[in-house]
Amino acid sequence: MDPLMPPPPARRIVPDRLPAIIDAPINGTAPAGAVTAQRHGRVARPVTGEVLERMRLESVWLAYGDRWVVRDVSLPVRKGEVLALIGASGSGKTTLLRSLNRLTEVTAGASRAGAITLDGQEIATIEVNSLRRRVSMVFQQPNPFPMSIFENVAYALREEHSDRLRRKRRSRKELEPQVIDTLSRAGLYGEVAEDLDHPALRLSGGQQQRLCIARALAVKPEVLLLDEPCSALDPISTATIEELIVGLRESVAIVIVTHNLQQAMRVADHVAFMHLGELIEYGTGEQLFDRPIQQRTREYVSGAFG
Amino acid sequence: MASTPQAPAPPAGAIIAKPSRDSLASWPLLDRVAFAACWVAGIGLCMVTGAIVLFMLVKGISYLRPGLLLEHPSAAQSQATSGGFLDPIEGTLLLSAVGIAIAAPLGVAVATWMSEYGRPAWLARMVESAVEMISGAPSVLLAIFGLVVFARPALAFLSQTSAGGSVFGKSFLTAGAMMSLIALPLVVASTREALAQIPAHLREASYALGKTRATTIRRVLLPSVRGNIASGVTLGIGRIIGDTAIVVILLGATLRLEGAGGLSGLSTLRGTGGTLTSYVKYNSPAGEGNAHQKAYAAAFVLLLMVLLLNLIVMRLSSPRTRARGRRFAWTR
Repeated sequence: MDPLMPPPPARRIVPDRLPAIIDAPINGTAPAGAVTAQRHGRVARPVTGEVLERMRLESVWLAYGDRWVVRDVSLPVRKGEVLALIGASGSGKTTLLRSLNRLTEVTAGASRAGAITLDGQEIATIEVNSLRRRVSMVFQQPNPFPMSIFENVAYALREEHSDRLRRKRRSRKELEPQVIDTLSRAGLYGEVAEDLDHPALRLSGGQQQRLCIARALAVKPEVLLLDEPCSALDPISTATIEELIVGLRESVAIVIVTHNLQQAMRVADHVAFMHLGELIEYGTGEQLFDRPIQQRTREYVSGAFG
Repeated sequence: MASTPQAPAPPAGAIIAKPSRDSLASWPLLDRVAFAACWVAGIGLCMVTGAIVLFMLVKGISYLRPGLLLEHPSAAQSQATSGGFLDPIEGTLLLSAVGIAIAAPLGVAVATWMSEYGRPAWLARMVESAVEMISGAPSVLLAIFGLVVFARPALAFLSQTSAGGSVFGKSFLTAGAMMSLIALPLVVASTREALAQIPAHLREASYALGKTRATTIRRVLLPSVRGNIASGVTLGIGRIIGDTAIVVILLGATLRLEGAGGLSGLSTLRGTGGTLTSYVKYNSPAGEGNAHQKAYAAAFVLLLMVLLLNLIVMRLSSPRTRARGRRFAWTR
């Protein structure tokens, strides 16, 4: 593929007409999934709850400077399922992920074409800090803030605007139930119940990452972005976090970037395979791993490159 | 298993390979000479430092009496009646406090702006070279400049005005203000360096929670570099304590703290005084006081203060595993 692509089309895509790729049926039926589940040791049970589209990407192009690193990607992000982005390094999957809460804008010279909507509203029109509370993110490196475990979650809970209006930080007593609830959702509370005031950086790597997930959940997001959340962790911590991810998909739409194909098989309901900035194939985990349509996908999932 | 209590050592008779020592004789001559020079330089430096400390220790202990620390100094012919150096000690502490009270917030603010905003780029470059210039400027130059600035009638409230209406420009406030410039580059450098070491993803983690840049700086970044700010501040205090030129020119280098009158605290701040450095200079064989015993005793106290500060800096910047858990764990 020529790296110097023509600039993206200037016209906006009509919101009602979606590329065919999005119309692929959601595979929620048990029999097909059950066979694969055994083969790949899937953590995920077939989706039981309601599946609801939260975000929609339509012909999204992303650039750093003049370099278009994501080209013409269209994808749905749905609550009730996990969407995994896979692909080799430099395929643009992390950039795509970061564009969903406009974290790409932190980098100077980043630009975007195409539409990304959250509940039907273009995200560029949403105030950036409230967008990031609705679409929160967990990073590759466990990066708790250098404060106590309690404060890590409480920091996320304290809202900017209400703070400024009330001129008073919410007290610990007020926040405690929420903090405990959030830590429980992230499956961490049982391990740290006695040590809420200990520095978060004393936790193990896996615990730190679950704390980061708790922190990201504390803002009550509609979409949770995970950028290779397990790549710095050991297999046991990874398994814990994968279970957590699958459990969370009922309440929040999840997008996960991963280099680990087994992980994508285990946790994802839908998988998008990207290569050199383009979306090559999108489908259910079973489709993509067992019956890939595209030659490139076949090569990648069989380990021919990447 | 690698090590069980029963078998702490390999079986007897096993050949234990030890790395053979790199033989110096096999080195080229030039390398051997350079190697020897490094040893000589290192040991020589230790000897010089040791000599200074030992000399001051012997002199200091032999002349230092507890009374010297508690008596006010006075100008007298006889050494028996010229008192101690309570006022210079107070002066040193007060001047450092004034100086660092200005330098610490200013330095942290400058460093934060340079590291976290730094736009427009030309302004950031200018600020950077300004800080470098200040850190390179001799303090006597800053002192003279300060005298010109603070002797202006508009700034009379910082010092005293003589009966004729001319402004002295000499006081703890004016000297402290110029002293803050000496400490500023150290605070800026240590804060900025530490902020630069914080990985981008920690900032982004805060942005990803819908926090603004300002909140991120205040609640995440600055608390993470607390230790580095503290060591910069401590280094700055060390510089202030050791400076003489500004004390002589902008503080008056008087023996006692001479209040300006008025409210007691403000009176001292607006008044003149001296510090240990000016006291040492005054009493040294080179000064008018010519009481070298007291100069040595005061210099010894000064040395103790600086050593104490160095100790604090070492503790603050020691491997962070010791002090407060793994504070920078996410940098690895």
